[in-house]
Amino acid sequence: MSKAAWALFVREWRIANRIGGGASVGAVFFLILVTIMPFAVGPDLALLARIGPAILWVAALLATLLGLDRLFQGDHEDGSLDVLVNASLPLELTVLVKCAAHWAASTAPLAILSPLFGLMLGMDAGALALVAVSLVAGTPALTMLGAIGAALTVSLRRGGLLMAVLVLPLAIPVLIFGVSAASAASGGGAPLAASLTMLCALSLAAIALAPFAAAAALRHVRD
Amino acid sequence: MRLSANEIAIERGGRRVLSGVSFEARAGQALLVVGPNGSGKSSLLRAVAGFLPLAAGRFALEGGAEEGIGEQAHYLGHSDALKSALTAGENLAFWADALGGDATRAAWIAALDRLGLAHVADFPVRALSAGQKRRVALARLLVAPRPIWLLDEPTTALDAAAQRQFAVVMRAHLAGGGLILAATHAPLELDDAARLTLGDAGAKGAAA
Repeated sequence: MSKAAWALFVREWRIANRIGGGASVGAVFFLILVTIMPFAVGPDLALLARIGPAILWVAALLATLLGLDRLFQGDHEDGSLDVLVNASLPLELTVLVKCAAHWAASTAPLAILSPLFGLMLGMDAGALALVAVSLVAGTPALTMLGAIGAALTVSLRRGGLLMAVLVLPLAIPVLIFGVSAASAASGGGAPLAASLTMLCALSLAAIALAPFAAAAALRHVRD
Repeated sequence: MRLSANEIAIERGGRRVLSGVSFEARAGQALLVVGPNGSGKSSLLRAVAGFLPLAAGRFALEGGAEEGIGEQAHYLGHSDALKSALTAGENLAFWADALGGDATRAAWIAALDRLGLAHVADFPVRALSAGQKRRVALARLLVAPRPIWLLDEPTTALDAAAQRQFAVVMRAHLAGGGLILAATHAPLELDDAARLTLGDAGAKGAAA
């Protein structure tokens, strides 16, 4: 079973990193979102530094969702999902492994790059580090919530937008605690430890529960 | 091993596409599901694989392993279940691992070779022709042993030589105690195969 899980992870990783796979597109989209913010807000560095964590988090949220609508759709279209449903790995684990591979290939780079992009918003070193840490802690929850949306919309040709509509409201708690953890260094309201533990709790709960929801959706929506 | 269906009915989109279908297939036997377009051949195979709920009736498998029918079956649908960005070999190695087969290079090269396609093993699937893709998809049946083969138009896009090669592969599977359920318009070169004819209103005849 672990061999099947590892094979699936390697397959997803390879597809994401080959031409047209989309792993790097998310990072470029993230960069563009962060870049256009100063044009909209104006060149006030103090203001940008203050709202920097929020900008980075919203950008990360949108960039994460961007790639997730294809999480199951590609496999649905080319018939792989039919085979995966009856493979030796339970569908719940298949969902979890696909999410893990998607997170590693597409979302983890966002967290790693976020301090670099935060520099463009005039944020100081402490805030930059906290943004990266809070993204690492919180984005697994976004990926898992997105997986539920992706599973529900798997058979719809233009499911991406509907998926965002379904998932974005559910992502609000993650966004609240993520931004509050990230802005703790720059004088945010809540204490860092409380926000960060809540963020980790949200991620762990999503990792534990979302595979069941997504697998159930895949079994019923697709036929 | 014996796979049987008893008075199956299937609904899709509120419309009953099949009703009152019964059949029985034993190990070593192929059952060809024939009928005009829209007679429910694909729906029947998808229901056997467990993808579609049954509106009535049930499937029974005697003498198999503990798992469900789907877990003991290879399902080959209209799509090839291949990732175009990966090579033929990478695709097959993945399916071997995922389906509990032998993922070594020797194993999937041997599988491709039986379909006369060993020379494309390291090409990306996107560079292959439709017939070659189909043969790579058929090689999936060989990299992981499963007793029941559910084949939906397996020879689509295959040339005459490839059809003969696949007939040899199918006969070997039957000789090894396998069971084949194939929805097809082509004869598949399986002379002693039983036939299940589906009409517009469901089954008109049942195969023994």
